[in-house]
Amino acid sequence: MRKISMRQAINEALHIALNSDGTIFTCGEDLAAYGGQLRCSYGLLEYFGEKRVFDTPISEAAIIGLGVGASMLGLRPVLELSYIDFIGTCFDQILNQMAKIRYMYGGNVSLPLVLRTQCGAGLGNGAQHSQSLEAILAHIPGIRVVMPSNAYDAKGLLLHAVRDNNPVLFIEHKALYKLKCEVPEEPYECDYTCVVKRRGDHVTVAAYSAMVNQAMKAAELLEQQGVETEIIDIRSLEPLDTDTIIQSVNRTGRFVMLHEACLKGGFGGEIAATVQEACFSRLKAPIKRLGAPNVPVPFAPELEKEFLPGYPQVVDAVKACMQYR
Amino acid sequence: MISKEKLLEMYATMIRIREFENEAIELAKMNLTRAAIHTYNGEEAIATGICQHLTREDYISSNHRGHGHCIAKGADLRRMYAELMARENGFCKGKGGSMHIADMSVGMLGANGIVGAGIPIATGAAFALKYTNTANIVVSFFGDGASNQGTFHESINMAAIYGLPILFVCENNQYGISMHVSQSTSAVNIADRAAAYNIEGHILDGNDVVEIYTKMEAIISGVRANSKPVLVEMKTYRMSGHYFGDSENYRTKEEVSQWQKRCPVLRARETLIREYGMKPQVLDDIWKQEKKRVLAASEAAKYDPSPSPLDIASDVYDPTFKQIQWQPFVG
Repeated sequence: MRKISMRQAINEALHIALNSDGTIFTCGEDLAAYGGQLRCSYGLLEYFGEKRVFDTPISEAAIIGLGVGASMLGLRPVLELSYIDFIGTCFDQILNQMAKIRYMYGGNVSLPLVLRTQCGAGLGNGAQHSQSLEAILAHIPGIRVVMPSNAYDAKGLLLHAVRDNNPVLFIEHKALYKLKCEVPEEPYECDYTCVVKRRGDHVTVAAYSAMVNQAMKAAELLEQQGVETEIIDIRSLEPLDTDTIIQSVNRTGRFVMLHEACLKGGFGGEIAATVQEACFSRLKAPIKRLGAPNVPVPFAPELEKEFLPGYPQVVDAVKACMQYR
Repeated sequence: MISKEKLLEMYATMIRIREFENEAIELAKMNLTRAAIHTYNGEEAIATGICQHLTREDYISSNHRGHGHCIAKGADLRRMYAELMARENGFCKGKGGSMHIADMSVGMLGANGIVGAGIPIATGAAFALKYTNTANIVVSFFGDGASNQGTFHESINMAAIYGLPILFVCENNQYGISMHVSQSTSAVNIADRAAAYNIEGHILDGNDVVEIYTKMEAIISGVRANSKPVLVEMKTYRMSGHYFGDSENYRTKEEVSQWQKRCPVLRARETLIREYGMKPQVLDDIWKQEKKRVLAASEAAKYDPSPSPLDIASDVYDPTFKQIQWQPFVG
């Protein structure tokens, strides 16, 4: 099967979506002729025209609001927010409008929109263009939060999200855009459940987005030392498939939770607490959480490297768990 | 000159709004409504006059002071009271309350508890109406305070560049909560800001339902025909406090009574008597009728059931997905 990058996969999904349903449109800053600041929307304007593929001014509150209002009337916007760091400029429309309108209206309306954005550090973009803010979003009842870790999942999850009649925050990691894997040409979907990427009996490591690759790398190293690691790619924070994680930890008895976001208040705390409640009697070791230090993302490459969690920390964490028999 | 029937219809609507709000205050005194209600007293002519030119398929959006817009657009009074009193058969199943009252079936996109937040949403609705090639429009109602929110700026600019069929109506009732518009707003008239967006701006007497009805006909037709946004400022006055319970320590009783003389309902009544030869007794009867209707709605709603606690988690998410047959794309 051919291998394509996550960027190409998302582009394919967007083409498939716009080609399949006339109520779907996409807009964002520099999205059309420029191909998007996320560089995933190239070609769309040429095929689908400017009624359905268009640029917006730098007005994030109005962009998101446009999506909210249009979706209330039955259109299916796929909005692009250039960086998740910019949610500050449109946060009311996400927090108080998009997430709550359906509930406040007693379920009399649905908001079938997708808000695509990019997160993540590692490319020297500095503190205001590198954050992982999914914990803030996953805390808000009423929105879905999805974070693909690879090209295959990105295409399938995006198509699934477009059909979802709920607002979906679709968070792409900027360091993953160029990574390739096998992706079918035809349309397909992935659902919101976790994926077990690797089977193992000694420890469960759960991660999402760019950290899944780090977990996989750690698992290879650990295998050489006789430790069998089970890796779960969470890929959707809301809805959260706790069953898969709990089943795994009930079997392995050890749990390491990994994300790129700052450790304090990160979504790993939520998952760790949930696992602790469900698996207490089966746990052989304390649960270990890994995340970035609680600092803004630094600019200098040495500091940014220090910021990013990676496979060495995963290896150390697993070994610490394995101390407990 | 508008027909007597039309003016009588609008007179009745304004009374209906006035009595609805007065009764809402009575319910609040009895602790039947929860938290704040923001009444529309003194501003009835605006919603009434404008909604006369809208069809069911046109949409409106509103703010926290949204009961008047809701009524003028045709929402059922009893279900409105049920929502205010947090009953299960309220428009929002009791989950929204006064500030989030909505009835999509009559084109009411919703009241909104965040100042200015309805404006971008209304803009999105207008986008959808244009996208689907309808001849319908959206009217976004907001206050003088909201005209200083960033969303006002972003939305009007966006509506202007995209050519959207939306009418922006600023109900300048002179106050945010306690801050007078002359202190909070750099523009002498909020409608002057239209020039900054290269769109038409108009100023109307928000307490004259005849002027509103007459002038808005052409303005609304224009928005419909040209798919171009227009900003209208209605000069009016908030006769009640910001919300029921407001100390109103920021204004004098003299100021309030000066504006009382310009009450839109009284002025319509005077016009009906003076220019249309209506007898006061007949107008009194209309008032009694509307009041009776309002009280019947309120009384019925008082016996409506509360939502079940078991219902708390429903309606957060839509459990469904749209059936779409994905077409392969071969570029």
